[in-house]
Order: sequence, then C-alpha cells, then structure tokens
Amino acid sequence: MEQTKKVLEVRNLTKVFGNKQAVKFTAVDHIHFSLYQGECLGLIGESGSGKSTTVSMITRLLDATEGQILMNGNDITHLKGRKLREVYKEIQMVFQMPTESFDPRCTLGDGIVESLRNQGLSKKDAREEGIKLLKRCGLSEEYFDRYPHEVSGGQCQRAAIARALAIHPKILIFDEATSALDVTIQKEIIDLLRELKQSNQELSILFICHDIALVQQICDRVLVMYQGSIVEEGMVDEVIRNPKAAYTMRLMESVL
Amino acid sequence: MRNPFTVKRRLIIFGTLALILIVCSIFSSYLTPCDPYLQDLSNAKAMPSWAHPFGTDRYGRDMLSRVIIGSRTSIFSTLFLVSIITMIGSILGIIAGWCSGWIDTVLMRISDMFLAFPGLVFALAIAGVLGGGLHNAIFALAAISWPKYARIARSQTLAQKEMLYLRAARLSGSSTAKIIGKHIVPNIMGPILVTSMLDIGTMMMELAGLSFLGLGAKPPMAEWGSMMSDTRSLLTIVPWVTLAPGFAIFVSVMIFNLLGDTIRDYADPKNRRGGV
Repeated sequence: MEQTKKVLEVRNLTKVFGNKQAVKFTAVDHIHFSLYQGECLGLIGESGSGKSTTVSMITRLLDATEGQILMNGNDITHLKGRKLREVYKEIQMVFQMPTESFDPRCTLGDGIVESLRNQGLSKKDAREEGIKLLKRCGLSEEYFDRYPHEVSGGQCQRAAIARALAIHPKILIFDEATSALDVTIQKEIIDLLRELKQSNQELSILFICHDIALVQQICDRVLVMYQGSIVEEGMVDEVIRNPKAAYTMRLMESVL
Repeated sequence: MRNPFTVKRRLIIFGTLALILIVCSIFSSYLTPCDPYLQDLSNAKAMPSWAHPFGTDRYGRDMLSRVIIGSRTSIFSTLFLVSIITMIGSILGIIAGWCSGWIDTVLMRISDMFLAFPGLVFALAIAGVLGGGLHNAIFALAAISWPKYARIARSQTLAQKEMLYLRAARLSGSSTAKIIGKHIVPNIMGPILVTSMLDIGTMMMELAGLSFLGLGAKPPMAEWGSMMSDTRSLLTIVPWVTLAPGFAIFVSVMIFNLLGDTIRDYADPKNRRGGV
C-alpha cells in the first residue's frame, strides 16, 4: 500500500461557514489525508463532524475556505467550468438519499447516462451502455425506463451506483450511501461494493459512514473525524482493537 | 358519494370550451355573417333580429360580426401578453434564483418597484406616456405583470437548487446551461403554467379595461373593451350593443378562469392517483 500512487490528497482543507466573526463556524478544520490507488478508505464520525462537508469540498460542490485538493497530483481546488467538468470524469459520488438524487421528472436511465451523453455518446449507444451498467449493479433492463418514485430505495441506490460507474471513475465516494436503507438492503449494497472492488483493482473508494461495523467489513484504512478534525487514522483493525483518541474510544464503547 | 365533476372531467370540458374559443377566434373572419366594418346608416341601432341577432350599432354595423371579429383582437392579444410575461418573468426569476448575490438583489428590487405601484394605474400611466393603441396597452400590462412570474420562478429555482439531484447532475459533468434547461425548468414549470392560466382571465379584463378607457385598441378596430366604451352612451336606448361585447368578455374570462382553476387542481398531487 505504501508504494502505490496517491490518487487524491487533501492538504490543510478548511471550511468556515458564515463571514462575520461572531457567527463563524468551522465545519472542517485543517485536515490532511491521502487516498491511494485501489484502497478503500473509511471516513467515520458522528453527524455534524464535517464528513459531508469534506466530501462536498472534494467533489467541488462546495468551495474550500483554505487548503488544497490534489487529484493525481494536480490542484483541483479552484478549477472552474470546463476544467472542473474534466475532474468529474475521474471522481464520482453516491449520495445518501437515493431517491432524491435522481431528477423526479427523468427516468433512472436518463440519470445514469447523463454523463455519457455529456461525453457525446449517441442516445442509442448510451442506452446500451446504461443497460449494461444496470445489469452490473443487479438491476434488469426494465429499470432503465422507470421513474425514481416507482422503485424502492435499494433499487434506486443500485441505479445511483450504476450512474457513478458510468464514466469509469478512478475515485468513487460513498457519502453515507447505505444509511438510508434497511439492514438487508444495506448488506446487498455492501456486497455489490465488494464485488466492484474485486473486479476493478484500480478503483479507489472513499467510504463515508457513521457505522463502524460497516467500515470494518469493507475498508482497508479508516479516518476518524470529530468536530471538524481528523482525530485518528490507521488500518481498520488496528484502530478498532487499539483506539487512541478519546472520541474513538467512546465510539467503540458505544458499539460494544 | 361520487362527484360527477371530477377534476379530469372538468379539465376536458373547460379545455374543450377554451379550445373552441381559440379556434373560433382564429377563423373569425370566416365565421362572421356580415362584414363587421360595413356601415349601413339606414339600419343603425336596429333591434336584434334574424338578420342581426345582436342588433346593429350606431353606424349600422352588425354587432354579432363585430363581437366575433373582436375575439381575435381580445383573445390573441391576451394570449400573446400572457405568454410574454410568463417567459420574461420566468427567465428573470431563474436568473435571479440561480445567480443569487447582487444580480438577485438588483432584479428583485426592480420587481419590487413594479409591484409597489397599483397595477392598472401604472399601466394607465405607461399607456398615457406612450400614447394609445393596442401595442402600447400590451406593453403597459406586460411591464406591470412580469414581477409575479419572476417571484414564483425565483422561489422555485431556489428550492430546486438545494436538491440532491442537481448535485448529481453537476457530478455527471453537465454545464450550467444544461442543468437549468434539463433539470430546473421542467421542475419549476408546473406552478408557473398554472399561474399563467389563471392570469389569462385577469389579463383579458385588464386589456379590455384599458381599451374601454381609450388607451387600448382604437376604433374602428373591433375589440370588446373599446366596443363597450364606444356604445356606452347608447346603453339606455339600445342596450344590446353594449351588452353583446360585455357578454363575450364575461363568457371568455369565465371559461379561462375555470380552466385555470381546473389546471391548478389537476396539478395538485393530492388530486392525482397513480403515477404520472
């Protein structure tokens, strides 16, 4: 792992909300971490700890107050327009709320192939590709023409994973992608994720979660976030067996 | 108890009526029994008869033909006016909602300015400055009516902007123009269209009102409002010449208002069963 390539590096990343001194709130406080090629990195922490803010900044949906985000060594922190859109060929995300992550007026298929269509693929080719992706994520062809409100949350999340995979990204971010689903569906999604990891060794995954058990199942390394800072970092088993930070200890206690 | 006037049935009924009105106004020049502009002074102020079902006005022109030909001016200018304000208002509203910051502030303060004036009075002032005529009346009404649409479009855009699927669209590499065109517009069109349908009746009245005051269509052009105004001095002698265009306004405003109400009910998800 040590010798492999850094696909994503976050340096000193900070997000401060509010611009008046009195109402300033630091959601993410000078964090550093790296994501290596082919690994699955867990990011764990309670709600409000800044996990989602961090990924929003990495995917450039939110501007960072300070710090740098490097993708394959290139600074993407301040890219705009066309150049920023290039970044989205490498990095994709699966959201927490599967149904809300699809436009209610478009079919699941439209959502899945949107990135491919933006690449200039014809409607027919995109459809074929979209159906392949759906099948890879365990959904049949008919789901291509379904609307988001016509399918269950689990099915919708599978479609969302298909959408994220469409453009063959190098980095895949799961932002609490399983927490809105019930336990059995959660397991199915995790199995799918494992399968993806095995079939594509190059894919790096950033797995945001508040459930330590899930992280233990699929992640190689884990970061623990608390009140905007990373309080602990290490191999999953190591962190679970031998937590150092006070917050991680509390977290472990609450699970056991 | 089943309501015989389900939303769907009402939609069909009023939709058909409105369609009949519009089709009639398109083909109005073929439907008039007499020439609406032909004067026949020997037959002025005639009682309603088989030859002239609505009687004739002070120049002996057939009122039925004038009401029919007037529908073109009245209905078409109204539809034109409503579509213009819907488009301009929505575009400005989307821009304001999407860009936020100073663009939003400037656009919204301008719309506040227009909203602060009492509508028809302001339209009167504009029509007064620009002079009479149908075009100026349409312009005056457009100037005071777009802010409502800008407001709706802005608030809807602001709500949509926070939606998760817009983030997903962004991640799929769609440009801002594409996101607005493909995701924002279809999702905010519903309430805007309903408002514009409800506005058709109001705008028809206001346009007729301006014409009645002499600031809209000019004689001899047949327009319902100006026709009523022309003949109002004859109300006690030959009431039908005033009542005929008045009735026409009443009926068409009623139809478009009921259609607008029905569309609003139809668009309300609570009234819809099953999927789309």
